[in-house]
This record gives sequence, C-alpha cells and structure tokens, in this order.
Amino acid sequence: MAIAPQESAVKTGRVTRFVLYTVLIVFALFYLLPLFIMVINSLKPLGEITGGNMMALPQVWTWEPWAKAWSSAQVGVEPTGLKPYFWNSIKMVVPAVVISTMAGALNGYVLTKWRFRGDTIIFGLMLFSCFIPFQIVLIPMARILGLLGLSGSTTGLVLVHVVYGIGFSTLYFRNYYAAFPSELVRAAQIDGAGFFQIFWRILLPSSGPIIVVCVIWQFTNIWNDFLFGASFASGDGAPMTVALNNLVQSSTGVKEYNVHFAGAIMAALPTLVVYIVAGRYFVRGLMAGSVKG
Amino acid sequence: MGFLEINNATKSYGAMEVLHQVDIQVEEGEFLVLVGPSGCGKSTLLNMIAGLEEITSGEISIKGQVMNGVHPSKRNIAMVFQSYALYPNMSVGQNISFGLEMHGVPKAQREAAMGEVAKLLQIEQLLDRKPGQLSGGQRQRVAMGRALVRDPDVFLFDEPLSNLDAKLRVDMRTEIKKLHQKLGTTIVYVTHDQIEALTLSTRIAVMNGGYVQQLGTPKEIYDSPANLFVASFMGSPSMNLIPVTIRIEGEAVYGDTRSGDGQPLALRFANPSEALRAYDGKPVTLGVRPEALTDPDGADRSSNHVQIFETMAEVTEPAGSDTFVGCSIGEAACIARMRADVEVRAGSVARFALNMEKAVPFDPKSEMRIW
Repeated sequence: MAIAPQESAVKTGRVTRFVLYTVLIVFALFYLLPLFIMVINSLKPLGEITGGNMMALPQVWTWEPWAKAWSSAQVGVEPTGLKPYFWNSIKMVVPAVVISTMAGALNGYVLTKWRFRGDTIIFGLMLFSCFIPFQIVLIPMARILGLLGLSGSTTGLVLVHVVYGIGFSTLYFRNYYAAFPSELVRAAQIDGAGFFQIFWRILLPSSGPIIVVCVIWQFTNIWNDFLFGASFASGDGAPMTVALNNLVQSSTGVKEYNVHFAGAIMAALPTLVVYIVAGRYFVRGLMAGSVKG
Repeated sequence: MGFLEINNATKSYGAMEVLHQVDIQVEEGEFLVLVGPSGCGKSTLLNMIAGLEEITSGEISIKGQVMNGVHPSKRNIAMVFQSYALYPNMSVGQNISFGLEMHGVPKAQREAAMGEVAKLLQIEQLLDRKPGQLSGGQRQRVAMGRALVRDPDVFLFDEPLSNLDAKLRVDMRTEIKKLHQKLGTTIVYVTHDQIEALTLSTRIAVMNGGYVQQLGTPKEIYDSPANLFVASFMGSPSMNLIPVTIRIEGEAVYGDTRSGDGQPLALRFANPSEALRAYDGKPVTLGVRPEALTDPDGADRSSNHVQIFETMAEVTEPAGSDTFVGCSIGEAACIARMRADVEVRAGSVARFALNMEKAVPFDPKSEMRIW
C-alpha cells in the first residue's frame, strides 16, 4: 500500500481526529466483546458463570474447561472430548484445500493459456457452481457418495468439498492468470518446456498471492462447514463443527458453559491462525486477481 | 534453395484471411526485417515461422526441412519477445539456461554455454539477479542471451526494441547489428519502425494488409518503392507525393504542375521509360524524397537533372543536422530537407532544387510504380 506524500495528506483538525478515533475504538471494542466473553468464561470454573456475572473476570483462573473440552467432555455418546474430531477436521481440510487449490490452478492455466473452443462456456458453468446453494445438492450428493461407497467417510467429505471448491478456486486462478503474460508461455514453449513443465516451473512459482487467497478461502469455508459435515459424516467421522454442536447439545447433567466456550474457541482457532499468518496477503492477492483480470 | 523458405504461406482465422500467399526466401546469414503498420500480419508471419501459430496453407521450411506442424522447440529457432518474456521467478542465469535444461543438456555444458553468452553480452555480473531487478536495456540483453545460448538456425525478433526509451533503442540497434555481423546468424526481425528496418536489415519485406508489398534491399526499398504505400511508409519524413500531368515534347517528358505561388512548373524527367510515355496527357503521382528537394547550394552536384524553382517557404523546422522546409507544389504539401544553416525564413519566397534523377513516378489509380 502506497503511503501518501506529506504535502498531499489532508490535515484534519484535532477535534475531528478525536471524534474519529473515539468512534473507531468504540466499534473495535464492540466487535471484540464476544471474543472477550468467550475467553474469560472459558477460563473460570462453572460456578462463577452460573452464580454470577458473565462479564466479570475470573476470580480463579483455570485451564480445566479447556482440558475437558479437548479430551474428556461428553460428545454425543462417548466422553472423548473434541480431540478426535479436531483431527477429523484436519484430515478433511488439508487434502480438500490442497486438491481444490491445485485443480483450480490447473483449470485457470488451461482456461487462459491453452484456450479451446467453448472454454468460456465451461468457465461460465464452473462459475455457476459458486452460486448453487448447499441445500440443493444434499440429496444427489448423498446418492453419489453412496454409489462410490464413500458415505459417512472423511474421504467422501473431502470429495464433496473439492467438488464444491473448484468453482471458486478456478475463478481465482483464471483471473490471476489472465493477467499473466502469454509471451512467457510462448517463450517457454520455444525453450522446449511441455504443458506441465510450464505450469510447474513458470506459472506456479509466480502464483504466491493467489495461492494464499485460495488457501485461506477454501480453508475457512471447509473448516467452518456444518451442513455437509452433519449430512455426510456422522458419528466418529464427524468434523469439528458437528462435534461442537454435539458437545453443546449433549443434555446429560448440567450445561457446562465454560467447557462449551472453550470448545467453541478451539473450533474457531485454526481459521483465526490462518488469517493472522496469511491475512495480509489475502487483500493483496484478492486485488491482484480481480483488478487486473 | 533458401535457408529459410516461406512458400505461399497463408493464414486464416475462420473465413478471414489475414495473410495472403506470402513467398519469401531467406539465405543463410541474412537479416530479414518484416516491417509494416500494426495489423499488417508481420507478427503473425513470425509466429508461423516460430510454430506458435499454425500455417493454414502453404509451407515453411528451415534448412530444407518442412516445418509445418513441427513443435516450436523442435525447429531449432530462438525468439526474442517484445516484452522480453523473462521468467520472473528465475535468476538471469536460470533464464538463459532454461532452454538448454529443457533440451536435456548436461549441467556442465549448460554452465559453459551460459558463461560464454554472458561474456559476449557483458552480463556476467547480472547472472544471479532476478529480471525484476534489471533495467530495460539489461533485460533486453538477457532476452538475447537466452536466444543466443541455444545456437539456433534462425533467430526471430518480435519488436524487441519498442519498449526501450529513444536513446537506448538506438544503442541496442547498433548492438544487434554488430552482433549479427560478428556471428553471421540468420535473423528474421519484426518491427513497425521503418528506421530500424532500414538500418538493420540486409533485406526488407514491407507488409500491409496481409500482403508483402515489396521485398528488397534497404536501398531498393528506399530509392525505388514499388508502390505508393511503400513510398509513404518508408522514410522519415515520408516521400513527397506531387500530382503532375505528363506532357511529351519530342524526346523530353515533362510533368506539369504549379508551384505554391501558382507559377507553372514543368519538371523534366531524367530517364523517362516507355511506360511513362504512354501516360501522355494523363495524371501521374511523382514521388520525391525530402533530400531530393533541397536548397540549390545543397543539391547533388553529380546530378544533371536538378531543377531550380522559387516558391513560398511555408514553415521551417530546424532539426539540428538539417532544416526541414515546408512548401506546396501542385497543392501537395511537401517537405524539403535543407542544410542546417540555410537561410530560409517562413513566409518568404525561397529557392528550391529538385533532383529529378531521384524522382519516382506512380500511377495514381493503381498506386503502382511506373517502370
């Protein structure tokens, strides 16, 4: 981002600036409030929540709700905690993100650099898949997974997310590669590089920003998905989101709000980490892809 | 049998033919320049030679081998692109040796070839940099290095200098010419800049509308253009085109016109051809290069057909080495190239000298040269 030169910067008065910052800080606090409540309540004993103020800081700080949510809380029938489901999600997200990103990159490469008759129609159809609501495909998808013998498995979930993700990842990469000079591809052809060599050696190494965008987007969507997880992977194969729901819904005994809060944070943490690590590339890559394309 | 032969090459996109039966033979070591305005088909022809575009009909062969349908990498050609097309993720050294690597040349040999080329182009100190850290001229050199290292049969240049600033362009132009003289390689070079075409080439193909308008040495193209398009496209300022009416008096053939002041002006042809005699009483367009229209003191003394007349100097443009003087002859705006220190003032009458030995007649209807 360019920094405006001093001369052209608009000088705002002290009062305006004060008002501006006050408003911004108030909004920031407002948006941080839910996170604050979740964090402090996940660190206090249950008694402090049921017996007192949700907004208050813990009198006794404890990691016990976190430990319980992770490894021993009642999720559905078994007292396993969220741990196995967390790994389920990882096992689902990583392959799904990698495959859909790679497939999108390959599609974008073909659709821009190896044009063929009807390529715009194919791209249009792929774009269209971005706008199909999840609910519509549930039943046909269940049928297909059944035919493939993948129902109820993590592999099946991976397949569903890849299929659903390709539309978006293709869109990203196509727009990015549309701005990629075709002369480079021609030069590589003359140099003797083949279809995949051009892709691996020339295009992919220059695709950093858009890969980050695509990975963040796919990771967030797939990790946070509940509907597909609940529909196609029940029981032991369920992803984190479904397990969290089961944890909160388990109605044996008292509602352990502190454990629920800890579990909810755990479920949200990976996407948060991805954003913090790669977030600044996100806007940059998004701009690079869309503006020039 | 030419080194590079283009026989009846035609290119169409669907029903639209963009290149019509091009026939060019290039000898080994020749520097052929394809020149023309944008959209004339010159880049398409180059891409067809490279194999980046298919040939609709006709044939292109290199060293006697037909290249139709042969993959670009198997034609033993190298190409320098307008945007240089350096791989942004690779260092200069990797850029140069990538082609060799793809052709399975062992590493030691690659390094040796790369070092040689880098030395030739004086880019040894740049080998570890990325293209993004180079200036325009350096990128240009690297792009040429990438082509040279392959030691190809034919070099293809696609407007390689058009992204450089004016001064660098002239420098690189000289460098390319030197390189060609030194290595004696066969080059096909595309440009829209007619000065580049004239200075670099051993032969020029002037193209327009998908046709080769004229194929010849720079001197042929410049001195006796085949038609009005070539006449006006090549040369800067472009050729003056003066409408005259042919009048025959015995042996002598005159082109009648009027000077800017309305005075009758009879221009006598130096060596009138029989074909020109047939135009008695008919209009003809007379092509006169600006340097053939000058001040009497600067006129070519070896010529016996310098005709001197007076007319109004409408505008003067001192250009340092020359002064360009605008006037009108027979309602055509003309530019005369005079000596730099000539004493001519705009708005006053000046003396002009027209060298009829250098004048070229054209048929105004067919636009072809009258031989």
